[in-house]
Amino acid sequence: MDAGALGARFEAARVGSRRDLARLLTDVEDGRITSTELLGTQRAEGRSIAITGPPGVGKSCFIDHLLRAHAERDEPVALLAVDPSSALSGGALLGDRIRLTSPDDETLAQRIYVRSVATRRSSGSIPSVLGDLVRVLHGCGWPLVIIETVGAGQSEVRCAAVADRIVLMEGPARGDGVQAEKAGLLELADLVLVNKADLDGAERHAAELRDSLALDGPDPPEVLLMSAQTGLGLPEALLALRTLEARPGSERARARERLANAAEARLVRHEDYEGILARIANGNLAPEEAVEVIWRGG
Amino acid sequence: MRIVVAKPGLDGHDRGAKVVARALRDAGHEVIYTGLRRTPAQIVATVRDEDARFLGLSSLSGAHGHLFPTICQLLKDEGLDDVVVFGGGIIPDADRPALHDAGMRAIFGPGTSTEAISAFVAEASGRDDAGVGAEGGWIWEA
Repeated sequence: MDAGALGARFEAARVGSRRDLARLLTDVEDGRITSTELLGTQRAEGRSIAITGPPGVGKSCFIDHLLRAHAERDEPVALLAVDPSSALSGGALLGDRIRLTSPDDETLAQRIYVRSVATRRSSGSIPSVLGDLVRVLHGCGWPLVIIETVGAGQSEVRCAAVADRIVLMEGPARGDGVQAEKAGLLELADLVLVNKADLDGAERHAAELRDSLALDGPDPPEVLLMSAQTGLGLPEALLALRTLEARPGSERARARERLANAAEARLVRHEDYEGILARIANGNLAPEEAVEVIWRGG
Repeated sequence: MRIVVAKPGLDGHDRGAKVVARALRDAGHEVIYTGLRRTPAQIVATVRDEDARFLGLSSLSGAHGHLFPTICQLLKDEGLDDVVVFGGGIIPDADRPALHDAGMRAIFGPGTSTEAISAFVAEASGRDDAGVGAEGGWIWEA
């Protein structure tokens, strides 16, 4: 695609063409253009919030409320719903829309943009692509971008680290709080929501999370109980999200994830990546030597 | 390839749609499943926002004759003429010419192998006359 056509597409996306916005995001996702090439070095105005947590805790259901609340106030809100690609086929089943009803509401649809994103194959590149998608959305008039990602596995944690703020969602009876700690998500969280507070075990789990967080440092994130299903505690949770500040501790943890991701992205993009893997696999190269080779640019 | 698999109308049977969605995923595609009971306008908005190249429609309720052409027309109205539309479910032979005329490139009935659907997607991806708004009336023959 030449620069003129791309410029026209960008302009159309900025003045509200959803088709052009969607095609522009595909261009970014497929690596045909970066956000810097599109927007220059200026920082697009906006903020991003990642909602992460184990499968089945109610992220999509909560996000549906969140999208609705913003759209009803006439505030545009975009959602990037991240789901894993199959390691075997490279394909993906993206099903986050099933539980979303707010984008189907004709009075709100204009102010809600939902895009499903597959993690695709190379683990290092997804979070950087995701960061680009967020910047392009900001640049096209979507100041608030929500990133939904399952809080399990390294690449998903790094997807969350792309956002300005991270909300960890937990459910009742999720074990002793050590589970959340093990996933490395607690230290990244600026807010913890314990969903399904209408069920047994939610309050106990919230107390356990507060205990673990208190051991971590001086200003732990708030832990709020809520139920996306019954609406219990929902207004408080939505308000907390509006005014959410980043914790100093989470900023550092997020920076570390971003750095690690940049390093990994460089690794997987190396021209002889497959060759290096083969040499490590057959014992002709130690991983430490390989890193030296890649870092030197050899 | 990004593919939306959708269930329009009041039909609550989605086993077929889910089997097709999984098969297309296993063939390496990114499949967005809408869930049950979507209106034509909602489905077209999803195709547009997700920038899907293909739309698969499933119906077992008998309402295909109304719903499928409505969706095809809305796609053209949105300027999404290059989206390839195919359908499946319980669609009598007599109803098919009207659906093809609306711009649908394939109708898959009971007993279709998932390989046939993958082969259709592969073939249609390489053609420039497979979009819902394309002239020429190309139809997939298995």
